[in-house]
Amino acid sequence: MSTNSTYYIPHKATWPVIGTVGLMTMLAGFANYLNGSSIGQPLMIVGLSIFIAMLVGWFTLQAKESESGMYNHEVGISYRHGMMWFIFSEIVFFAVFFGTLWYTRNLSVPWLGEGATKELLWPAFDAVWPTNGPGKVGGEFEPMGAWGLPFINTLLLLTSGVTCTWAHHGLLAKNRDQLIKGLLATVALGFLFVCFQAIEYHEAYSEMGLTLGSGVYGSTFFMLTGFHGFHVCVGAIILSVVLFRSTKGHFSPENHFAFEAAAWYWHFVDVVWLGLFIFVYLM
Amino acid sequence: MSAVVDEHDHDHHADDHHDHGPAKGLLRWIITTNHKDIGTLYLLFALTMFFVGGSMAMVIRAELFEPGLQFVDPAFFNSMTTMHALVMVFGAVMPAFVGLANWQIPLMIGATDMALPRMNNMSFWMLVAGVLLLASTLFMEGGAPNGGWTLYPPLVLQPITVGKALPFAIFSVHLLGISSIMGAINIIATIFNMRAPAMKLMDMPLFVWTWLITAFLLIAVMPVFAGAVTMLLTDKFFHTSFFNAAGGGDPVLYEHIFWFFGHPEVYIMILPTFGVASTIIPVFARKPLFGYASMVWATASIAFLSFIVWAHHMFTVGMPIAGELYFMYATMIIAVPTGVKVFNWTATMWKGAMTFETPMLFSISFVVLFTLGGFTGLMMSIAPSDFQYHDTYFIVAHFHYTLVPASIFILMAAGYFWLPKWTGHMYNEKIGQLHFWLSVISVNILFFPQHFLGLAGMPRRIPDYAVQFADWNMISSIGGFIFGASQLLFLYIVIDTIRGGTGEKVSDEVWEDAAKHGLEWTLPSPTPYHTWTTPPTIVPTEHVLDSH
Ligand code: HEM
Ligand SMILES: [Cu+2]
Repeated sequence: MSTNSTYYIPHKATWPVIGTVGLMTMLAGFANYLNGSSIGQPLMIVGLSIFIAMLVGWFTLQAKESESGMYNHEVGISYRHGMMWFIFSEIVFFAVFFGTLWYTRNLSVPWLGEGATKELLWPAFDAVWPTNGPGKVGGEFEPMGAWGLPFINTLLLLTSGVTCTWAHHGLLAKNRDQLIKGLLATVALGFLFVCFQAIEYHEAYSEMGLTLGSGVYGSTFFMLTGFHGFHVCVGAIILSVVLFRSTKGHFSPENHFAFEAAAWYWHFVDVVWLGLFIFVYLM
Repeated sequence: MSAVVDEHDHDHHADDHHDHGPAKGLLRWIITTNHKDIGTLYLLFALTMFFVGGSMAMVIRAELFEPGLQFVDPAFFNSMTTMHALVMVFGAVMPAFVGLANWQIPLMIGATDMALPRMNNMSFWMLVAGVLLLASTLFMEGGAPNGGWTLYPPLVLQPITVGKALPFAIFSVHLLGISSIMGAINIIATIFNMRAPAMKLMDMPLFVWTWLITAFLLIAVMPVFAGAVTMLLTDKFFHTSFFNAAGGGDPVLYEHIFWFFGHPEVYIMILPTFGVASTIIPVFARKPLFGYASMVWATASIAFLSFIVWAHHMFTVGMPIAGELYFMYATMIIAVPTGVKVFNWTATMWKGAMTFETPMLFSISFVVLFTLGGFTGLMMSIAPSDFQYHDTYFIVAHFHYTLVPASIFILMAAGYFWLPKWTGHMYNEKIGQLHFWLSVISVNILFFPQHFLGLAGMPRRIPDYAVQFADWNMISSIGGFIFGASQLLFLYIVIDTIRGGTGEKVSDEVWEDAAKHGLEWTLPSPTPYHTWTTPPTIVPTEHVLDSH
């Protein structure tokens, strides 16, 4: 593989516009769908298809360029900056929902159960967590315990963090077999996590009366775990692509930005889960 | 950093185009990855939105010309105030500064382009997509969002206020957020990774510094806004109770989250303004910038403080007294680094060999009028006083002083300052000066009376008002119309300059001794399509003399 000392500047880019059109179509479709318009769903499907085509096309292009040695060390640094700050923005996004949980549990729910609010509005309301509020929005529900599936899922994700690092060591030691096995294990654990979460959600909805509409407990529970589950899916898909590329002989100990980015993302998802396990399930 | 070559220098790309220039025709603008093209796109888009948002302001001022309802119905009036703010903030001011960043940062730091050119293209188109979604609501059943740009629940969730617009507005915020975050990431990567090796961090022009810090602000708060509106969406359509007290939630939580984004957001619009002012003033005062290092530190401290003062927008919401006090004192502290800046600009001009070309005129009026806006901010930061000012025209006057004769004036100044460099043509100085004088006089006729209206108790966001407010409103509207009309001069000048201007050939430096102040003035005028393919080895240090 040739390496060169020049910073690669592509001259023309078509995928960004295509991706933008896809995303915009998808969101316009979603908005129409929410407004009850029948054009919504078809638009969403079209938009999503364009968006996926963009992802496939753009990442294929990047992989090809990377393997043909067009990215020098500095380009790699720019990509790492990009990924690092992208993950930072994601951390902030999760922080909003953690902050919401904190505010609700420590401030607004107690406020609902004290002083004039209690005396004049809702004397019968007992402000203890978990709650669906004085209006008992969503009806009776049972809160989600920590020690069943969620605990197993914690172990799964932690293990996947280890297998991911093991794969990285394999890559650095030019041990492709270890790289592929490690990635395979990571991806498998990731998807297993998602399956268990699906089972957990199913139990919540069908047996525990716990839904997204179960007052503020249901809202925070499903919003936090749901967004996290979505990120696990995305992370697992990224890792699958990296796995596929590894089987094709891509990546070298010096040049494997895609692997690193995927691994960083995976560890980020991992850490968010630990926060969830502690603040959503345990406390 | 190593030298840079273009794509076609790679032998494995033998089939690639062998031209140095842009693609032909309209397609050039759609698929371009060139920082100058993208900067131009951003700036022209922002200018267009400035006139779109400006027309909405004209509707508002026309309706308020006299008491009573005359031209539009109240719901449409409320749509206008809401959309005017959203269009100006997200469609005009922010993109204009991103456009300047795209043009100027690579030129100023000796980089050949932005670090991530494809993403640069995408962040522009995401902006367009976001604004299109937002603008589409104007033509919808029920009209555009009319609950105010802050989108407070429960108001914004009521059927009467949303019509069909709410989900479109929310997704528009998501797209605009993605666009801003991509733009910010690109700027950070460019500044850290593409700088000419000769340029140390503390050699960077202040415009680059202020944008670096602004980019951090953007990445730290755009996801917050995205999260807040996502919860609005689920509360409206998916039965969640985040902002619904009956379900254990709290509408005040939305205000906290919104302003945790919203206050840094106002600094996202003002820090690059500071950066441009700090670039222009030394050139026309023919002196190094006074207190370069203190400018950098003041910018950083303002950015830091902007995260811990958000609830000064919520003094009347019923916070615990300790909260009121904390947010009051924290807010006042911002005046200190801001004062440092005003002092430094003044000291830069002190005993300078000043000339008063249009960019300088706009910059000087920025210093004066921004300070006025800062003082009213200080007044409102006093919690007990703010109970009187809150949600009146006083606050409207405050933030328009910080945004129009500050951010917008500086954007105009930047246009006059750099257009000759970019196009190689000189603008018409006479019309420029006319534009300045008309703007600076009318902007004060427009906004100064709003202080009186607010102090006398006229609430903001209403289409009708009591008769005692009639006189000042009429004066304010007249100022508004003159201001609006004057901006057509700017449009004329921009078009004229691009098409040849005065016909006078501008030198590389454009302004006397400008090359001492910034790298961009050592390049040819007009700037070639590709610049700094090999990084400069010497960087000008006039602007940082004080700190060396
Ligand atoms: C010297 C520093 C400043 C201080 C102490 C300050 C203080 C304040 C306070 C206390 C309010 C809330 C008033 C109320 O709702 O009753 C406010 C509102 C506002 N400020 Fe400032 N401000 C400062 C600078 C700025 C700057 C630089 C900008 C923008 C470039 C800005 C833009 C705004 C906006 C847009 C609002 C109104 C938001 C809304 O309710 O729609 N301020 N400011
Ligand atoms: Cu503020």
